[in-house]
Amino acid sequence: MSALDTFPKLLIEHARLRPNKVAIREKDLGIWQSWTWADVHEQIRELSCGLSAMGLQRGEKVAIIGDNRPRLYWAMTAIQAIGGVPVPLYQDAVADEMQFVLEHAETRFAIVEDQEQVDKLLEIKARCPHLEQIIYDDPRGMRFHEIYEQAFIHSYAAVQERGKHYEYDNTALFPSAIAEGKGSDVAIMLYTSGTTGRPKGVMLTHDNLLITARNAVERENLREDEEVLAYLPMAWVGDSVFSYAQYYTAGFCVSCPESSDTVLTDMRELGPTYFFAPPRVYENMLTQVLIRMEDAGSIKRNMFNYFMALAKKVGTKILDGKPVEMKERLLYALGNALVYAPLKNVLGFSRIRLAYTAGEAIGPEIFDFYRSLGINVKQLYGMTEGSVFVCIQPNGDVKPDNVGTPATGVEVKITEQGEVVFNGPGVFHGYFKNDEATREAKSEDGWFHTGDAGFFDVHGHLKIIDRAKDVGHLNDGAMFAPKYIENKLKFFPHIKEAVAFGDGRDYVSVFINIDLGSVGNWAERRNIGYSGYTDLAGQESVYDLIQKCIEQVNLDLSTEAHLSSAQVKRFLILHKELDADDGELTRTGKVRRRPLAEKYAQLIEALYSDQSQCRVEAQVKFEDGRVGMIRADLKIRDVKTYPPQQLAQAS
Amino acid sequence: MAITGRRVGETLLKVENITMRFGGVKALTDISLEVKQHEILAIIGPNGAGKSSMLNVINGVYHPQEGKITYKGEVRSKMQAHQAAAQGIARTFQNIALFKGMSVLDNIMTGRNLKMKTNFLQQAFYWGAALREELEHRAKVEEIIDFLRIESIRKTPVGRLPYGLQKRVELGRALAAEPELLLLDEPMAGMNVEEKEDMCRFILDVNDEFGTTIVLIEHDMGVVMDISDRVVVLDYGRKIGDGTPSEVRGNEEVIKAYLGTSH
Repeated sequence: MSALDTFPKLLIEHARLRPNKVAIREKDLGIWQSWTWADVHEQIRELSCGLSAMGLQRGEKVAIIGDNRPRLYWAMTAIQAIGGVPVPLYQDAVADEMQFVLEHAETRFAIVEDQEQVDKLLEIKARCPHLEQIIYDDPRGMRFHEIYEQAFIHSYAAVQERGKHYEYDNTALFPSAIAEGKGSDVAIMLYTSGTTGRPKGVMLTHDNLLITARNAVERENLREDEEVLAYLPMAWVGDSVFSYAQYYTAGFCVSCPESSDTVLTDMRELGPTYFFAPPRVYENMLTQVLIRMEDAGSIKRNMFNYFMALAKKVGTKILDGKPVEMKERLLYALGNALVYAPLKNVLGFSRIRLAYTAGEAIGPEIFDFYRSLGINVKQLYGMTEGSVFVCIQPNGDVKPDNVGTPATGVEVKITEQGEVVFNGPGVFHGYFKNDEATREAKSEDGWFHTGDAGFFDVHGHLKIIDRAKDVGHLNDGAMFAPKYIENKLKFFPHIKEAVAFGDGRDYVSVFINIDLGSVGNWAERRNIGYSGYTDLAGQESVYDLIQKCIEQVNLDLSTEAHLSSAQVKRFLILHKELDADDGELTRTGKVRRRPLAEKYAQLIEALYSDQSQCRVEAQVKFEDGRVGMIRADLKIRDVKTYPPQQLAQAS
Repeated sequence: MAITGRRVGETLLKVENITMRFGGVKALTDISLEVKQHEILAIIGPNGAGKSSMLNVINGVYHPQEGKITYKGEVRSKMQAHQAAAQGIARTFQNIALFKGMSVLDNIMTGRNLKMKTNFLQQAFYWGAALREELEHRAKVEEIIDFLRIESIRKTPVGRLPYGLQKRVELGRALAAEPELLLLDEPMAGMNVEEKEDMCRFILDVNDEFGTTIVLIEHDMGVVMDISDRVVVLDYGRKIGDGTPSEVRGNEEVIKAYLGTSH
């Protein structure tokens, strides 16, 4: 028996060792449907043979597009079994964005979820000469229409059926194809979301993913009875590791939600033990809780406030195993019965043993909120090119402002320029068809340049400030780290997104996106009427509200040694929410700084003039692809700044 | 499910020379029309033209004084609304008529009422045949929930839902009866553009997937021209046009009565 160095080999092993253990679930027609490892093995084998019969070759890339569905995860392994490379794409990407990836990856095959995705591919097929075969899972809406009866469109079931017959004549096909695979083969190719320029195809080998996943499973002591909800886009490296690589290495059960709208309900039903989410998800959940508490009766609200204050004081200490007074410990236990446990149950966090947040910095209040409830949320530092795990916060030693210590087997260094670099088993194979970029990012002996500016604190924990190239200077030479300021702003529930400008300017100014849910609720409670986002964003009282938040941030900044001069002087609230469809955010929801600065150049100029108002016209793209114009007059306000203070270092 | 799809078939419903009077007011005068299997037929006309009366005649709420109605080859005389329902005719209403305090699931379940075979007593004890039946019906309701993409509001009381979704739930309840002929009274009234587009999609999907014949009343001309196979135009209780959307659009009398002329 050869080493278990590829995903398909692990599949065979699981099917042999635990054929009757549930491997994957999906909620369908209101019921959790499950498949055992034996079922999964059979499904994958049939599809794999079917793809082989259709002529899929070793090394070929296959596009996978859709929500988290068991059949799409099976497709990944089926492709890998015969030496192909799955390339998951963002399912909400518009057709044109897909075209680039499909062409760049030279995919002949695409396996997609439903009619929506098939329609997108049909739209761009003429421009994608490589694309030959489309395989879909859900036939809904595609019966009785001639365009779906074309010879290159196949149903998933039909391919499996074909596979069954093909295997009848080639019985050794599946096992021998798997035996041919090695750990150094490329396992998955993921396109980076492209905060800068065109997306790049990151090639990760079986070794990259499996060794990194195994190390993390051991470090965190993950077991085969974990429950995980697979709800993050399959195209994101996080999903490839948490619901795929760790799934195969630890052998736990992954569940797919009914639809993207039901994730919270499904999570509550399932009660995951291991959970991963970007800060955004934690933020949204907290905002929901706070809004609902505002609307609750006074007894409940007072109880909530009292016990949350207690949790804030002692909750994290209890979680970290630090000494706490007996009286407070007892009160915390009471609070657990009355508030914390019911709250965790509503959020679906009752059984959680380990939760991660990564991708962006998380607000200290948000982070502490979850930890004080006894939920072990930890920060993680990682990226696609490192198979996720670079640094993890160790249990019992977690602070909101750092990302912890290097993961098992990973070495992290800071270059003289202050850039974070790392080396380890997860460092990617290379960018597909882009050797130049590979050489730029990865040194010959395997060190990857993250492009992040950071440093190790006195306890040996890594602290990330910003993207190295985004760290700039004001005209007076003061250091300006936009993301650092933006994150501080975004930690206020009323502010959804902030974009700071200041490099090569006299002072710092920001664009603000308000959070419609939170500010809307605030406005309703004050009987402030509004017709929609644009109207609300332009109101004087909302400007007052945001101004207070910014002044608070300025006060905070004034106490920080390096950054006290980079306080925000002027701001405006944008008339529309930043949107990935308008090219303002990436598909993972990060701000695309440069395109944004070009698009709103006139607004930026106004921020650096003495105008108190500016007219803006911007193009917006609706969900159905139509284009419209939005016009608005935006107010610009000045904010109070504070003289630098020398405070004692906070403990 | 039989092979159906958008292939228009035999005549399903034939209405001949209907006249309907309320006292001295003639709501419908000498109207004849045919509905073919699997087609989408739109009835349009200005306010008070008799559109809703026409639907009420079809599903047996009103009984016309003159004329003949043939449904599935059988001439029917005086028929009650519940008999029409038992024969496979379901409808939705201009003003939403759902149980506001009940969940989406329960509301759609009420649409299964006619398909339930067990009696009141069996259901009260919820045992044996009643239990099995409940499971069957629940499975059917879940199919409809999946079809209409309303999984996330399955357990939400209908009264808390926005208008557009309530309309969708109402469509769900009508579908629960597995109708052969579905009557929709202004399914898109009061909706925004996005909700309308969703609703159009669902109407077309119902027609495609289940082969259901659909008669709908609608004011939005864009919608009518887009989704219907045939359009019947009423004005003051008379039929003034009948044909494909493009034929109707070119009909002089229709333009004068409904689409508007310059004076």
